[in-house]
Amino acid sequence: AWAAGPVGPNDVKFEDATVKASLTGQPGDAAAGRKAFADKKLGNCLACHKNSEMSEQLFHGEVGTPLDGVADRWKPEELRAIVVNSKQVFGPDTVMPGFYTLEVGTHVAKNFQGQTILTAQQVEDIVAYLGTLKE
Amino acid sequence: GFGASDLRAEPVDDKLIIDGEKEMITRTKAPEGHPFDEVLSGWLFRTPETRAMEADSFQNPAMLYVERGAEIWNTVDGAAGKSCASCHGDAAESMKNVGAHYPKWNAAAGKPYNIELQVNDCRAKNMQAEPYKFDHADQKALVTFIKHQSLGTPMGIDLSQGEMKSWWEKGKDLYYTRTGQLNLACASCHEANAGKYIRADHLSQGNVNGFPTYRLKQANMVSLHNRFRGCIRDTRAEQPKAFSDELMALEVYVTWRGTGLSIETPAVRQ
Ligand code: HEC
Ligand code: HEC
Ligand code: HEC
Repeated sequence: AWAAGPVGPNDVKFEDATVKASLTGQPGDAAAGRKAFADKKLGNCLACHKNSEMSEQLFHGEVGTPLDGVADRWKPEELRAIVVNSKQVFGPDTVMPGFYTLEVGTHVAKNFQGQTILTAQQVEDIVAYLGTLKE
Repeated sequence: GFGASDLRAEPVDDKLIIDGEKEMITRTKAPEGHPFDEVLSGWLFRTPETRAMEADSFQNPAMLYVERGAEIWNTVDGAAGKSCASCHGDAAESMKNVGAHYPKWNAAAGKPYNIELQVNDCRAKNMQAEPYKFDHADQKALVTFIKHQSLGTPMGIDLSQGEMKSWWEKGKDLYYTRTGQLNLACASCHEANAGKYIRADHLSQGNVNGFPTYRLKQANMVSLHNRFRGCIRDTRAEQPKAFSDELMALEVYVTWRGTGLSIETPAVRQ
């Protein structure tokens, strides 16, 4: 078959709190993922997570779990599920945003309506980067 | 790990005494039905430098806005040829503790009024002057001046008047409603994570007792509805208009959440 585009946010398949297949059919790029992780307009993951591997960045938040050694705790398909839609893994009350889902809050600002925070490729890149965080 | 950042994540154990004379209530037992046991002023979450600046009225840059507010108070404006002082006299007496009990039910308008709305009413009806546009520099200065007449007074609003209770309920709903692409509610940050850092910002309980506050980042006074709108924008949601029913309901509810904290206006925040 033709290589289709990336799987859309409404078509991502969760199985037991995992997303098995790459959203793009391609492996992610950990170096690009590292950038998207820190970028305030993209992942902005440091707003909530401490990450010792990024000690060159000044301020790390404390709202989420420190991500040191996160790849020892979660398999790639679990990390993908967490980044795509953390509520599928941690339950509806988690504060962590879903980065590739349209299940969002009310009154989304016009310029963000119908859009996910990250693209499928950016999710894969970040998942690849998280996979390098071993203790 | 349990590094320095974990220690910094607590509100400080410190007292706010303005000019070494006037002690503020910065922690107090929460009112019945409150999610916390204790309500805490945002002052307790700021850096030592920021705290010191608020404690010393000569260092507090916002005292200039209090002075400007006093000037406006005494200045005639509008077709009726009156100033605020023409009717209210010395604000140190007529406005003493008034700001600590707003928002207040306004029967004529059929909704809660904050100081901004009351001032605009007086300008329109009593002075025949134009109401201030939201966040006009004079509006912020005048409201800062009026709130400052309650410095130290515990905040407390009367929910038994008119329909205040239903506005409180509406405000409570909004406080827990997740908004925007980031899908966060006020409670996600100021209830579930108060005391923690979100990037470089130390999250407080989001209390309103210091407003209008001086923000070092902006080097300017920030009104309460401007702050609300900023927090909502940060969830990537549409921002309700200043003084809209949504933001007035939030103001009623969030003011109640800070019941018993001293008015600190003008507070200093980063
Ligand atoms: C607004 C806060 C917030 C942001 C932004 C955020 N997270 Fe999280 N994250 C959390 C919280 C809170 C948890 C803990 C799960 C829970 O119980 O809710 C968490 C948990 C996690 C976990 C599981 C950690 C573990 O060891 O159990 C991973 C992995 C993760 N986040 C990755 C990310 C990545 C990658 C980003 C950016 C693309 C991100 N997070 C952005 C709040 C956030
Ligand atoms: C011509 C008379 C008049 C002028 C001028 C006037 N006010 Fe008023 N003000 C009143 C009256 C009367 C009330 C009582 C509420 C009402 O009926 O509107 C009031 C109420 C208030 C209150 C609420 C007091 C409370 O206890 O809740 C505030 C605050 C206030 N005025 C501020 C101002 C300011 C600031 C100005 C100038 C910009 C001003 N007023 C100008 C007549 C005046
Ligand atoms: C994404 C996180 C986040 C959300 C959601 C959020 N805020 Fe905030 N808010 C902050 C930060 C950060 C500050 C500045 C540090 C502090 O005082 O907590 C702040 C400050 C405030 C302050 C000023 C506190 C002071 O002492 O000066 C108020 C009031 C406030 N928020 C109310 C709200 C309300 C009401 C909502 C919901 C409509 C809300 N916030 C949603 C992050 C948030």
